[in-house]
Amino acid sequence: MLGLYLHRESPVHALPAGWKLLALAVSATAAFFVSDLAVLGAALAACVLLFVAARLPLRVAIDQLRPLLPVLLLFFAVQAAFVSWQAGCLMVGRFAVLVLLAGLVTLTTRASDMIDTLERALGVFRPLGVNAGKVSLMLALTIRLIPVLVDLVQEIRMAQRARGVERSPMALLVPLMVKTLRMADNLSDALEARGYDPH
Amino acid sequence: MIELRNVRHRYGEREVLRGIDLTLTERRVAVVGSNGSGKSTLARLLNGLLVPTEGQVLVDGIDTRKDARAVRRRVGFVFQDPDMQIVYPTVEEDVAFGLKNLRLPRDEIARRVDAALARFDLTEHRTWPAHLLSGGQKQLLAIASVLVLDPAYVVFDEPTTLLDLRNCRRIAQVIRDLPETAILVSHDLDLVAQAERVIVLDEGRVVADDAPAPALAAYVARMS
Repeated sequence: MLGLYLHRESPVHALPAGWKLLALAVSATAAFFVSDLAVLGAALAACVLLFVAARLPLRVAIDQLRPLLPVLLLFFAVQAAFVSWQAGCLMVGRFAVLVLLAGLVTLTTRASDMIDTLERALGVFRPLGVNAGKVSLMLALTIRLIPVLVDLVQEIRMAQRARGVERSPMALLVPLMVKTLRMADNLSDALEARGYDPH
Repeated sequence: MIELRNVRHRYGEREVLRGIDLTLTERRVAVVGSNGSGKSTLARLLNGLLVPTEGQVLVDGIDTRKDARAVRRRVGFVFQDPDMQIVYPTVEEDVAFGLKNLRLPRDEIARRVDAALARFDLTEHRTWPAHLLSGGQKQLLAIASVLVLDPAYVVFDEPTTLLDLRNCRRIAQVIRDLPETAILVSHDLDLVAQAERVIVLDEGRVVADDAPAPALAAYVARMS
């Protein structure tokens, strides 16, 4: 989900990041107090309508939920077995609302807007020694580097397979750690070279 | 003008630069040398990423040891691997990163980002995640992100090493067309040949400093 901002000209995209994050926090909290299946169904329908309003295909909404399907099924099975099938539906529905809304926010908000908002929000903690700039840069780098690290893992796996090593955690972890540390070193140089001021 | 005065640099006990004296005034200067010859260290000294163990590096009279921040505003740096230089997830956000560090007004940031993206044919990719770009486009993004800051000098540390022939040629063309002063550190002899002056390093010393043809002949002779 992270870093998959999809650019569209839509009212959802145009909303300020702060409002979207606030709405996400409020709706996610509210979802956990809903105990009526009809209300939860309406909330799910509202999520789908928001995807439509954001001019995102429904396939994208489904893609947000697909990786979590096994976990959601497990939650449903446990609740259905020990409480009731209605409780299972409520549990799964709440998580689905949460995931769809979080997905909608990341899909319709540029990382830089989200990070700027976070930096402003964390600014109030500056007297306590919190460096909002550092926290927001850390978030940006995390989002940016996830795909880079995924590529790195695949590259190392392929190199190991080429040498006949199929499943060896050490053979993966050691080069991954060495390369990641080197990457951190290079990134720190790059940040300096690009005029980043941590203060 | 960039000057190096009796520059020595050590990593622990290992001395990688052994008394370099250079005055760089040409628009295109290239530095070549074998692996471990000290050329990447030399490149990092030019914008204050490293300070010399001994000696001085002066950029327009500013000592990198005394005011590295002012030096970095004058000297941009393009790394070998753009993935290690791109900080923000999308193309336009990454180009804006350095400008935000300068705390420029929003409208000026937007104007300069637009101009940089147009200059390097990245406008149609502006909202793309950086990891979906090709190798050549990533290197163009890295160059755009540096040049948007309007540095007077740009140091390229092996900018074509990870690229295929087509992208090598594209980056070479981009570098050739730059109005800024460029210092190229490279193994790519075609790229180096377009410089006005070529400096050959070997074991931390300048062993040739000449026009491309004689300097490269000296380099090739040393390597054979």
